Amino acid sequence: MKITLKVWRQKDNKSKGAFKTYQHDHVSPDMSFLEMIDVLNEELTRKGEEPIAFDHDCREGICGMCSLYINGRPHGPLQTTTCQLHMRSFTDGQTITVEPWRAKAFPVVKDLVVDRTAFDRIQQAGGYVNVNTGGVPDANEIPVPKKVADEAFDAATCIGCGACVAACKNASAMLFVSAKISQFALLPQGKVERKERAEKMVAQMDAEGFGSCTNTYACEAECPKGIKITNIARMNREYFTAMLSSYQVETKGGGD
Amino acid sequence: MKWFLDLFSSSLGRKVLMALTGIFLILFLAVHLAGNLQLLKDDGGKAFNIYADFMGHNPLIQFISKGNFAFILLHAIWGIMLTIRNRKARGPEGYAIANKSSIWASRNMGILGTLILIFLVIHLKDFYGQAHFGSLSTQVYDGKTVTDLYAQVAYWFKVEWYVILYVICMAALAFHLWHGFTSAFQTLGLNHMKYNPVISFVGKVFAIVVPVAFAIIPVFMYMGITI
Repeated sequence: MKITLKVWRQKDNKSKGAFKTYQHDHVSPDMSFLEMIDVLNEELTRKGEEPIAFDHDCREGICGMCSLYINGRPHGPLQTTTCQLHMRSFTDGQTITVEPWRAKAFPVVKDLVVDRTAFDRIQQAGGYVNVNTGGVPDANEIPVPKKVADEAFDAATCIGCGACVAACKNASAMLFVSAKISQFALLPQGKVERKERAEKMVAQMDAEGFGSCTNTYACEAECPKGIKITNIARMNREYFTAMLSSYQVETKGGGD
Repeated sequence: MKWFLDLFSSSLGRKVLMALTGIFLILFLAVHLAGNLQLLKDDGGKAFNIYADFMGHNPLIQFISKGNFAFILLHAIWGIMLTIRNRKARGPEGYAIANKSSIWASRNMGILGTLILIFLVIHLKDFYGQAHFGSLSTQVYDGKTVTDLYAQVAYWFKVEWYVILYVICMAALAFHLWHGFTSAFQTLGLNHMKYNPVISFVGKVFAIVVPVAFAIIPVFMYMGITI
């Protein structure tokens, strides 16, 4: 099949970008979207042109590295990752517009590559649990109801690709942050840092410059892992409860 | 108190203010509609005028009314500020193709809200303003003199463009409520499998019935229909 690609080209973070149109005549319907760009890039390299920069890694739909905003939708027309999207989802002769994720907190590095380390900083702010070292505990020592475990696992399937931010008209990261808060808040192992986690992760999210949620639910519609907006409601509860009731201690310098 | 300011200046806390004021305004709409429906009574405006006089002079109602004005202003100003903040979060470059994976009303609450705000200014100037600060004629019912607000309403609801404006703005209100009602509960964290169907159903019924009932009043009065 033959397609026309309109791709965002931008030299680096400092320079101004623009769309460039490419005619791609060697597309197989069985190619993944990324393989289609690979073929185009080989062609560009042969011609001595700069290949299109884009993020990718596992190409199995589990790492969250690929991005691409295709025809107005993050990861394209299917609710999957771009690497799992195949050219059979498009029609022969179609014009496909490819843009990078657009968010103040995700600055463009080059072409279609954006800097998503804001997500890492949010995770570092509180997305962890403290566990004791020592002997291996017995399996199933801590009882967790099956439904709760499933709910926590569903939240934990978030791969942090940022499609929620890309889809949201406010570039809000709340689906991501709420999934990361939920996966621990639901489980006994996450109880120790529960309040601190909600406070710190939300504070970091705001510091990164993501927008507020206006409940359009575009994130849920686009999330390749099907993360539910019930997580956002849970994050709201976790955060309000934490802010209203967290344990505040006066700390008076320890040491010098 | 720093934690309190932090709470309400956070991206989540800001939304709580929108949700709480929004829920109050939803309750206000229900009360306001109940009173207004008396306009359709075939009694020359007696019931409505007596009701309006009570609402205008009862100290408790007057107190709530002032709070209501404060909430309307807070909801509007806060909404505009949030919209500006959220626009900035997109960054310097926008999308060439916008995402449409959500319902239209949810993406256009700012525009719908602005329409409602413009409507409110006109509405308050002609009715609330006239009743409180204007020089309307009076009517005597059972020895009590009350302002004839009904005559003022009846005058405007015979003006074609005014009736059309009302109907358009009530349509905007319907879309605003369609998203806003259920959205307020989600923002407050009240999302639960057991209650979601109820909230969703009540929200949708409210978003249709209340604006339609509001719009029926000027339309019926324009056509001279009473109940």
